[in-house]
Order: sequence, then structure tokens, then C-alpha cells
Amino acid sequence: MKDTLHVATQTAEHGESGSAIFGELLHHVQDSHEIEIPFGHIELPQFAPIHIGGMSIDLSITKHVVFVWLAAIIVSILAIVVSRRYRRQVIPTGFSNMIETMVVFVRDEVALANMGKGGERHLSYVLTVFFFILIMNLLGLLPYGASATGNISVTAGLAILSFVMIQYSAIRAQGLGHYLAHLTGGVHWALWPIMVPIEIIGLFTKNFALCMRLFANMTGGHIVILSFIGLIFLFKSYAVAPASVGFALGVYMLELFIAFLQAYIFTMLTSLFMGLGIQAGHPEHGEHDH
Amino acid sequence: MEANTMGFLAAGIGAALTVIGAGLGIGKLAAAAMEASGRQPEAAGAIRTSMLIAAALIEGVTFFALVICLILALK
Repeated sequence: MKDTLHVATQTAEHGESGSAIFGELLHHVQDSHEIEIPFGHIELPQFAPIHIGGMSIDLSITKHVVFVWLAAIIVSILAIVVSRRYRRQVIPTGFSNMIETMVVFVRDEVALANMGKGGERHLSYVLTVFFFILIMNLLGLLPYGASATGNISVTAGLAILSFVMIQYSAIRAQGLGHYLAHLTGGVHWALWPIMVPIEIIGLFTKNFALCMRLFANMTGGHIVILSFIGLIFLFKSYAVAPASVGFALGVYMLELFIAFLQAYIFTMLTSLFMGLGIQAGHPEHGEHDH
Repeated sequence: MEANTMGFLAAGIGAALTVIGAGLGIGKLAAAAMEASGRQPEAAGAIRTSMLIAAALIEGVTFFALVICLILALK
């Protein structure tokens, strides 16, 4: 699937120890300064780390950065091309139909169901997050591809962005005073020094969970697939190959499902948290019927 | 036993316990979903959606533990 010749030579040279194979395997999942293409690899530019006040930030372009850009370009082209087709025919056919199905699903079942009436202005963010994460996950399943969401920095960035959007929607719906009042939780003022830090930490844990869930799902899936293939190198015989490839194929199909599911879960939880903030600002009377 | 060996052992036992926890949790969830679908077949679609969401959330917690086990195994 990936650079098997490379792994085979490494195994032959360094011996058959399990940790050597595991190291090779991790090399495929982690970020690196080169992209693999058929018959070779491209070296990516490395910049010296920038030192800001004790932290050094490395801004070199790595494999995952390239795949994030690729996913962003794909999502942009997708959105522009599909929306342009609506000028010629109002009823979509073919590819536009599929995209419209997904957009309508995210809009009706996920965004508006959770955010209610005040949610229309946040629709663009929710839809963008869904398609961006979906394309990033799917790019990892292609040959010579890598999931950018398998990098914790990427998912941390997405979680931080969701955090900003959730607080922004809550403040916009409730007003800054009410928003800060909700942070105290309605207890006696003497308990505020205990309550406010806990509530602030609670604001962060939900987004931290979003970050970790997406990262671990994507990385874990790839490690399982690579482990099954690595069994062939561990036993050093071709007899393991049919069972190994069969299992890897099964997990691969599960990975495809997980790619869609995790994009949906991230989007749904983001819109759920946004909806909690929005509805605290506009108390709804009565039930909504779907 | 040196520290490295204990680390690998801990990672293995941790991963096994995590899988037990996740399997039990999602098993109970699936059992409840099956029962509810059997009782009211026309709600099966909504039940399946809620089941998938809850399963993904439980697996999210599982993966926290998995990441810790991986860190243990790799250090």
C-alpha cells in the first residue's frame, strides 16, 4: 500500500525485531518532511524554527501541511463548481445531487435541529467544518496519502476554532453580561471562586474531547491497518499474506465508515454546543416537530 | 524488570482493559437499541442514528486511553 519495498529493505538490514518494524510503521503515520510519490519522494522545504519568547515554532512545510492545503483546495473547488451548476439547472443531477444530499442532511438534521432559529448565520461554518474534515479523513485512505487529521496539531486547531465559534455564538445570542452570568452557574456569590474556574475548565474540556476523539480515531485506524500489513514482515513469510491482507481490507472498510462518522460527530457536537449557547439566549417555548 | 519492560506490560494491560470497557459499554448500548427497534420498528431509523452517535462518543473515551497506552509503549 505504501513504501513496502522500503520497509522490506529496512527489515532485512536491521533484523526482524518487532520494535524496528513498529518504528517503520509509525514513520508512515507521523508527520515527515518529505512526501512519497510513486518511485521516489519529494523533499519539502524546511525553515529554521522561529523563537518567540522561549517557545520555538517550526513553520516548515511538512507532509500534513501539504495535505491540509490540498483538502482546503478540494473543498473550495467542490463548493464553487457545484454551486455554479445551480445557475444552469435548478434541479441537480449526478454529482451535484450527491453534494446537495450531504449539504441538506448537515443543514437540516445537524445544524438547524441543534441550533434552531438562531442558527442560520452559523451554517457556513458548520458545513465547512463537515466537508473539510471529511475530505482530510478521506485523503488518508488513498495510496500515498496521509490523513492530516491524524496530526494532533491539526485537530487542536480545529477544536480551537470550534471553541471560538461556540463562544462567539453564545455571546452573540445571549449578550456578554448573560454569558458571564451563566459562567457562575447561579450559586451563592460566596461560591464563585470555586464555581467559575470549574465552569471555565468545563468550557475547554468539551473541545479538548473533540480534538482527541478525531485525532485518536484517525491515527488508531491507520496504525491497525499498518500493523496487519506489518505482520507479514514480522513473520517473514508470504503465507501470512492472505489472512493479513484480508483483515487489513476489513479494517480499511471500517476506516472509510469512521471517516464519515467522525466528520459527522465533530460537526454535530459543535452545532450541539452552539445550540446550547444560542438557546440559553432565546428561551424557546414549545416543541419543534421534524 | 526494568522500566521499559514494565512500560510495555502496562501498555498491554491498559489496552486490554480499555477494550473490555468499550466492548461492555457499546454492547449494552446496542442491546438497548435492538430492543427498542424491535418494539417500535418505525422508529428504527432515529434509534440507529442515536445509537451511532452514542457509540462514537464512547469510542472517543476509549481512544483517550489508547493514546495513553501508545505513549507508554513508545517511551
